[in-house]
Amino acid sequence: MFNHLLSLLIWLPIVGAVPVLLAGSGRPNTARWISLLMAILTFAVSLFLIPQYHADVAGMQLVESHLWIESLNVHYGLGVDGISVALILLTTFVGILVIVGAWEVIQDKPHQYMAAMLVLEGLMIGVFCATDALLFYVFFEAMLIPMFILIGIWGGPRRVYATLKFFIYTFFGSIFMLVGLIYLYLKAGTFDLHTLATLPLSMQEQGWLFFAFLLAFAVKVPMVPVHTWLPDAHVEAPTGGSVVLAAVMLKIGGYGFLRFTLPIVPDAAHHFAWVVILLSLIAVVYIGYVALVQEDMKKLVAYSSVAHMGFVTLGVFIAFMLVREQGNTDAARLGLQGAMVQMISHGFVSGAMFSCIGVLYDRLHTRLIKDYGGVINVMPWFGFFYVFFAMANCGLPGTSGFVGEFMVILSSFSANPWIALFAAFTLIIGAAYTLWLVKRVLWGEVTNPHVAEMTDINGREWFVLGAFAAAVLVLGVWPEPLTHLMDTSVNQLVQVLAIHKV
Amino acid sequence: MPTINDILIMLPEFFLVTAACVLLLADAFMKPAERVYLHWLSIGVLIVTGYLVLRFQPGTVTAFNGMFIRDGLGTILKLFALLSTILVFIYGRPYMIDRKLYAGEFYTLMIFAVIGVMLLVSAGNLVMVYLGLELLTLSSYALVALNRDSSLSSEAAIKYFVLGALSSGMLLYGMSMVYGATGTLDLAQLHAAAPHSAMPHLLVFGLVFMVIGVAFKLGVAPFHMWIPDVYEGSPTAVTAFIGSASKLAAFGMAFRLLATGMGDFAQHWQMMLAALAVLSLAIGNVVAIVQSNLKRLLAYSTISHMGYLLLGLVNAGPEGYSAAMFYAVSYALMSTAAFGVILALSRAGFECENIDDFKGLNQRAPWMAFLMMLALFSLAGVPPMFGFFAKLLVLQAAIHANMLWLAIVGAVFAIIGLYYYLRVVKVMYFDKPEAGTEVRLQPDFTLRVALSLNALVLLALGLYWGPLLSWCKQAFVG
Repeated sequence: MFNHLLSLLIWLPIVGAVPVLLAGSGRPNTARWISLLMAILTFAVSLFLIPQYHADVAGMQLVESHLWIESLNVHYGLGVDGISVALILLTTFVGILVIVGAWEVIQDKPHQYMAAMLVLEGLMIGVFCATDALLFYVFFEAMLIPMFILIGIWGGPRRVYATLKFFIYTFFGSIFMLVGLIYLYLKAGTFDLHTLATLPLSMQEQGWLFFAFLLAFAVKVPMVPVHTWLPDAHVEAPTGGSVVLAAVMLKIGGYGFLRFTLPIVPDAAHHFAWVVILLSLIAVVYIGYVALVQEDMKKLVAYSSVAHMGFVTLGVFIAFMLVREQGNTDAARLGLQGAMVQMISHGFVSGAMFSCIGVLYDRLHTRLIKDYGGVINVMPWFGFFYVFFAMANCGLPGTSGFVGEFMVILSSFSANPWIALFAAFTLIIGAAYTLWLVKRVLWGEVTNPHVAEMTDINGREWFVLGAFAAAVLVLGVWPEPLTHLMDTSVNQLVQVLAIHKV
Repeated sequence: MPTINDILIMLPEFFLVTAACVLLLADAFMKPAERVYLHWLSIGVLIVTGYLVLRFQPGTVTAFNGMFIRDGLGTILKLFALLSTILVFIYGRPYMIDRKLYAGEFYTLMIFAVIGVMLLVSAGNLVMVYLGLELLTLSSYALVALNRDSSLSSEAAIKYFVLGALSSGMLLYGMSMVYGATGTLDLAQLHAAAPHSAMPHLLVFGLVFMVIGVAFKLGVAPFHMWIPDVYEGSPTAVTAFIGSASKLAAFGMAFRLLATGMGDFAQHWQMMLAALAVLSLAIGNVVAIVQSNLKRLLAYSTISHMGYLLLGLVNAGPEGYSAAMFYAVSYALMSTAAFGVILALSRAGFECENIDDFKGLNQRAPWMAFLMMLALFSLAGVPPMFGFFAKLLVLQAAIHANMLWLAIVGAVFAIIGLYYYLRVVKVMYFDKPEAGTEVRLQPDFTLRVALSLNALVLLALGLYWGPLLSWCKQAFVG
């Protein structure tokens, strides 16, 4: 049996970026087609994960392990569980759509843009596959380079500020994780995540490590108060960059909590769970209000991302309270499951929202809400999609946005009704800022003469938005395949939560 | 009485000395047009020397009654010093031709400096350390002043000479005290005699001066004053040499003096090095932020990199030494690549040394911009580049030596340092080229090939650095 599926998934887009670069600026269309081909191939390969992965079996599957650095006992170790599979499929799916989305939009050095996107895609898949902490870190950090360039070259007017802030912020967060990982390595003699999970650690050690991990992943998620890079990065990034950032990159923070914080420092995580829960609630409520007053569409969606990702961290850490304090594993499972569904769903919804904004921006070259109004009159198809995604964004039942939020609220109700109350605020605030956005952009009379000249979406844009819409709808009415995929892995995580290391 | 065996052990050095003399003589009879032969001959000589170094590999042997040690450490440092010198010759040739500095002296002085490096890293005796060091630095002073019509160059050379002489004096002073306390100049005997010395205070006092001498050569703060001026003032080809081969030599010297000689006094010099490391990290990284001249920026970056190297040495064990050596080797490769790009973009009357000269490089010479980006990300220590793993190893060595605080300081300054490397990437990739300026690449084919390989190796070694690390580790086993 072919057992290098994961390696193939990682390296196919990265190696595929080389011919794209070589195609050069002289033949932009060749570069575009090659990169589209690579993205489709990667997606096709990732589909093989579904039959190959046995959702009923716990633990890592499709494992690859080669000695990478012999004298340090570092392994090139790959493996996936249900959660990784779901995130990888999300990545490869979005990978195609950003390439299609950038087709004519990126006129300046398209080959470099496409190549950076492909490299980024490969590295993100690597993050989701790595079972060795050092390998994870390498992918985790290497990802910054293509993103730095994407924002810096093809971004908006304040792109340099935004991209530097993005890079330095994320680097700042993760370097302390590196120190923590080295510390763990010196204790355990390996970077293997599975071994690290069984390593006994004192409470004090766990506390320090917890904050090292928290800093790294909180910046990535991002959580309040280290979220400020996100609105800047989103606003200045080109559409494709925003989509990847929101749809996949933020998930890596949530994924990191599951892979590192939960198994390695469970006792400290329980002890400090209230910190994360508090920050998550602040994100849900306060950032929701911040989103309400934004004048820039992208900024609004960026803040709404922070609020939505608050549900992910809430779901993960509420599980600690449930398992440790009440022994309620069912509710804990629901919380974790909800957090995971929320991650995937937010990937589709935010990606779609940014794509919509991209469509508008390509026509009018402004992202300010006040410049629009009455768009539905000239772009009915676009209006259809925009309203649909807006509904998903505020968590309307029948869309994917509802499923995750509902599960998390339900499980937090078991932990503490007050937490559920604050979390449920999102249903009101989320609806407020999203619907108000729709009202100001789509409805009403056309007041800006430029809006009147806008044309409806073309076939390419139809494809991108249609694909997103299909995913959001399917996930909303039939989340069972997704939850089934992740069920065994989530159960396993819940069991890990109960293990005391001290 | 020297035997034939002694000479065989030192064969690479003897060969290089002979070859240098022959080249010096040959140069006297060459017409300017024939100087290209000198170029290739010099490179050939270095390659042959590298082969001779590699030929007798395993084991530690001494020659001339312990004056000279041939071991794994010496082999690795010599090979990489030779390699970086070859790269400097290739990168520097068009630059030197454009500046009418393309003369035999460049080659012979450089080769004599390399001989100094080779003797220094193989020294088994305090006198030998001093001899190797002087051969290296005296050649370097002359190399820095090669562009004798430039006042900047002369100023740099004078500064370098005065401060270098001062540091040599300190080093000698320290050595004399150590000799007084132990009665021996031989490093192995010194190691054995030091713990039983009747005058431990004198010994520690001498140690302080030797650490200062080493710190001067490494260029760590607060003994870094000469670095920025020399980096800026020298012809760029010479800067590349000082930034690569010289650093390897300085590491070798630090190891020979501190570990081989004073290994049992590690608890004394550990703290000194830790303090020097913190200062270098702080001064190097913070001052680099405000530089507008790329050569000066790289000078301050060197200071911070040597601080990281000390993080490895602080460990005072095989793990730390191998990490520090790995760091030295990686730094040599990174800095040759970075200076190589500067050299490739310079031309007659244009130094291409201001950061603004790199504006919009990606639009005009995308390949060069890419290579420079690889070098810069490697210097910044971003994975998957080579430089990241070097940093990883020294941080690990520091943590293992129970200096977690030092590792955290190192990590914090890595973030600060990241900013100024990103600034150069930003200028190359995000800024528009200035109107009226142009980029003309040196047409030299070998330069392009070598530079591309040099920079790509930084990526390749980042993906697969295991063998190099094992090699470095072997040097310190047994």
